Amino acid sequence: MPALPLDEAGRYVAGAYGVFVTLILVYVAIMGAKLQRIDNDLAELERLAGED
Amino acid sequence: MAGPHGRNLRWWALGSAALMAAALSLVFFYAPNDADQGFIQKIFYVHVPMAIVALGGFVAAGVMAIKHLRTGDRVWDLRSYVTIHISIILGVGVLITGSIWARASWGKWWVWEEPVLVSFLIVFLLYCVYYPLRFSIEDPGRQGRYSSVFAVVAGAFVPLNFMAVRLAESYTHPRVLSQTGGSLPGEQRLTFIVAIVAMTALFVTLVKLEITAKSAAMRIKRLRARMERAAEERESALVAG
Repeated sequence: MPALPLDEAGRYVAGAYGVFVTLILVYVAIMGAKLQRIDNDLAELERLAGED
Repeated sequence: MAGPHGRNLRWWALGSAALMAAALSLVFFYAPNDADQGFIQKIFYVHVPMAIVALGGFVAAGVMAIKHLRTGDRVWDLRSYVTIHISIILGVGVLITGSIWARASWGKWWVWEEPVLVSFLIVFLLYCVYYPLRFSIEDPGRQGRYSSVFAVVAGAFVPLNFMAVRLAESYTHPRVLSQTGGSLPGEQRLTFIVAIVAMTALFVTLVKLEITAKSAAMRIKRLRARMERAAEERESALVAG
């Protein structure tokens, strides 16, 4: 198959790199939510320790 | 407070970001367009490193699982689990970027006759079984042992699968590295190597990040249990007194 013209090939290349960036961003967002939960748990433990 | 996995995490993250920026700069401003495929060949600089690092991660997880089975140290089980987890995420990227390339190059999103594609899908689906297997077992000891056995067997399957595909000798799927490692011209080879190093650094960073978060969550859980136990003991002492 002959090489695609740049404008058409560019869409596919942008799509592929977009998928990679999106995957990483989604992962980082999920990890951010997990860290937020850990932070909340720590705050609760601090509050419990303060009550003692 | 930072556990052993969280150590140097900041440097890994900064290094990964710098290497990724370098790799992308080389891909788009240094490496020439492929004479045969043209601009769409740029997809390979993200697709192939992801595939190599994901497959390497599966094998590494198998080695970690062997360490867990030999020592009984649960930290190796955690490392093996997180390594498989990140490899599966990269595997999703491999399948999608591969399909995009296939559509641009072959006019089809998927080609069932192509052994490289199908074998990667088989490996990916095999590892998808890891989650239901792991989380269907409640006892932590058994969970770790069964997951490790799976990781060892599946990890051994990955290189066997790779060799079988090489022996199949289909020429539809392009070979980025020939057996002598010399099928890419100089600029493309350098770009490809930097892309692989960057992907590996990103992989290690994500694994360290997730292990650190999971270790912190487990330590908090243990601490909460200890505090609850201490509170119960105080209450019983008060009642008895």
